[in-house]
Amino acid sequence: MSGALLEVQGLHHWFGGLHVINDVSFACRPGIVKGIIGPNGAGKTTLFNIVAGAFAPFSGWITFDGRGLTGLPPHQVAACGISRTFQATRLFPRMTVLENVMVGMHARARHGFLAGLAGPLFTRREEARVREACRNVLDLLGIGDLAGRGAGDLPFGRQRVVELARALAAQPKLLLLDEPACGLNPRETEEMSALISSIRARGATVLVVEHDMSLVMGICDEVLVLSSGRRIAEGTPREIQANAEVVSVYLGADDA
Amino acid sequence: MGADQLLQYLLSGVTTGSVYAIVGIGFNIIYSSTGIINFAQGEFLMLGGMISVSLSHSMPLAAAIAIAVIVTGLVGVLLQLAFISWLKNPAVLRMIIITIGLSILVREASLHIWDEKVRALPFWSGNETSSLAVLGARISPQVLWVLGVSALMVGALTLFFRHTLTGRAMRACASNATAARLCGIRTSSLVTLSFFIAAAMGALAGCAVSPLTQTQYDMGTSLAVKGFTCAVLGGLGNVTAAVAAGLLVGVLEAASISVLPLAYKDVVALAIMLAILFFRPEGLFGSRAASE
Amino acid sequence: MKRYAPVLLLAAVVVAVQLLLGAVKSEFLLTQLTMSAYYTLVALGLCLLMGYAGQVSLGHAGFFAIGGYTTAVLSTAAAAAFSFAPWLSLPAAVAATAVVAFVIGVPVLRLRGHYLAMATLAFGFIVSRVILGTALFGQADGISDVPGIRLFAGLVLTGKRNLRVQNYYIAWTLVTVGLLFAVNLIGSRVGRALRAIHGNEEAAAAMGIDVGRYKLAVFVLSAVYAGVGGACLVHFNAGIGPGEAGVMKSVRYVALVAAGGMGSPGGTVAVSAVLTFLSLRGAFGLYDDAVFGALLVGIMLFAPDGLFGLVPALRGRR
Repeated sequence: MSGALLEVQGLHHWFGGLHVINDVSFACRPGIVKGIIGPNGAGKTTLFNIVAGAFAPFSGWITFDGRGLTGLPPHQVAACGISRTFQATRLFPRMTVLENVMVGMHARARHGFLAGLAGPLFTRREEARVREACRNVLDLLGIGDLAGRGAGDLPFGRQRVVELARALAAQPKLLLLDEPACGLNPRETEEMSALISSIRARGATVLVVEHDMSLVMGICDEVLVLSSGRRIAEGTPREIQANAEVVSVYLGADDA
Repeated sequence: MGADQLLQYLLSGVTTGSVYAIVGIGFNIIYSSTGIINFAQGEFLMLGGMISVSLSHSMPLAAAIAIAVIVTGLVGVLLQLAFISWLKNPAVLRMIIITIGLSILVREASLHIWDEKVRALPFWSGNETSSLAVLGARISPQVLWVLGVSALMVGALTLFFRHTLTGRAMRACASNATAARLCGIRTSSLVTLSFFIAAAMGALAGCAVSPLTQTQYDMGTSLAVKGFTCAVLGGLGNVTAAVAAGLLVGVLEAASISVLPLAYKDVVALAIMLAILFFRPEGLFGSRAASE
Repeated sequence: MKRYAPVLLLAAVVVAVQLLLGAVKSEFLLTQLTMSAYYTLVALGLCLLMGYAGQVSLGHAGFFAIGGYTTAVLSTAAAAAFSFAPWLSLPAAVAATAVVAFVIGVPVLRLRGHYLAMATLAFGFIVSRVILGTALFGQADGISDVPGIRLFAGLVLTGKRNLRVQNYYIAWTLVTVGLLFAVNLIGSRVGRALRAIHGNEEAAAAMGIDVGRYKLAVFVLSAVYAGVGGACLVHFNAGIGPGEAGVMKSVRYVALVAAGGMGSPGGTVAVSAVLTFLSLRGAFGLYDDAVFGALLVGIMLFAPDGLFGLVPALRGRR
């Protein structure tokens, strides 16, 4: 399938005897927000973690921007231009918000141990560039004023936004969001939806696993539905809502 | 290598191995009830030996040993209550560093109470020249005492865990402390008990082996390291596997002098430990999940 | 830049102490101060490993010994058998330390928690036993009569009385430079990466940080600090003994880093300099080992953050 930024083909995975991902294939065009939904236990998080490189699938392959991604460890996945957030925020609690976001830019900067030891003479320019880019990201997401705060001190909703900023700092081609609305109240969820839309408006591609239907239906261009490890439907939100199988999987089939 | 030399190595290895096994079991008991690696385990053997030697001058041997065992058990309890019990959810690493520090303090206290001189308990039966013939090799009767005492302790422990209410409660506590507490089991008392048992067992083994290998204030550290090797080799937390592991380490160590210079003998156990940690951290008999 | 304050402070104190001692005619104290500097280098390297990469090493004395014994052997036995420029034994010692650290670091750093602690302990033990059992290393007697080394610009690394002031400055300059490097590293992209690893390894990896490589690099760097300390001290003391590799020494270094605050290289230098000097002067008498044991227990029980800084790895999480 040409033109696809991310292609997943024939993915299978087992946990013990459980067939958690069963022949899942899909593609993601650049510039869209694609949602992955499904009832609990559908395998969404597993699929997500496989794409993010947390572990290799039992079989199947993944291509990203023409490059093979299957089985690459997380740091190499990041180097390819993919960033991710975590369902339970994993900020670095002892670092400031700005420092957290600067770590997000790790793959886009270069200086290593020797330059690091030698000091500012060698690193000053790159550090300044990184710092400025990160401040811009914080401003973009409306949290520029939090730059100097300890990441661990922030309220949960703000932490989620910082995690998003950290993922954006690397200017990823593909952004993987793991339940970004998890734990947010309706107002915060709306703000998050708006942020994701603005990210798309800037040309990024977003793959989002989510339970919150208002977010999914509101901003996703395409939706992939999983159930019991299988891909059962894929299409626009409207099409998915009208799909009988999707409805039955969520609401339970009519036994009559 | 002749058959009697082989036998000699085997017997020597089994003797030291059973001591290592007791240390390993001590590690396992405390690990399974608290998740802590108690590096001071080796010191309990030293204390048992030292205290019993001091007491043996003024009372019958059996009484000296009994008191030494109980006092050492109480030292274990004291360490647990004073330094460990009040910490809330400490990180694993912090605990092991604390127990290493405690083992140093026990060592140094022992150095000041006694001194750096080597001491030995009198032979429990016979003296240093008596020997028995066993399958063609000559061994000291003390060897049988060591093996016998170790086997007895392991047997008693197994019975305790399997057939007494307290023992089963300890296993429950080790398996899932929260669930145990919800069942009304007083986990904190069981933790203290586990320290007592581990310390007392160590002390008894220390008394048994003292006539053969002597007791010195700094013998605890290398025993702790070797005991940990046995615990890990068998699978951390697995009491009975530590016995087999101990015997294996002891025999390998004894046999090593036929290929390595004597000075490197201690390295054998260390190399085994590293090999297990690198290649199979769950031990020979453990499951993957247990080693996480 | 306020992050360099500790470095400048250290330099100032070093100079002030020497001038003061000269004024009160107590220059003999410079000897133990010089020795303290070399032991402080070990603690400094360990601080980077424990405080920033969040790893522990209970066998760091082993690297000190590798550095020291390598240069000792090269300067005595090897020099008698082959001829080469004497100063080469120093970089050789550092290289040997780095290589060993690299080789054992790869498997060891895959371990966590108490397995990591015990594996590093085992490493230190093995170094210690190998030294005790090998004739080349002098076994229990160690190696003595190690000559000084002629460095550049007329400087000589030696314990000779008349060159005491010079060697004091050589030692403390090394520590100051070591501190400078540490401070630089911490404030750089690498330092952030290390702190990220310490904070949450999974998230760090997701940001593109090759966790395994970074841990190994810091491990080797901290070993090199120790090796440099060991190599230089050997020439200052004209010898080395097997005790330098022992568990007690390794535990001492951990105690110093813990007390200084694992996240604080400046704090580590301060605590290490003072306590090591006092120990060398015999201020703790027969209770020397006990003091460090008690320090370790006390710090870990009541102030796991150290007296100067922060150490998340020792807080209540697995």
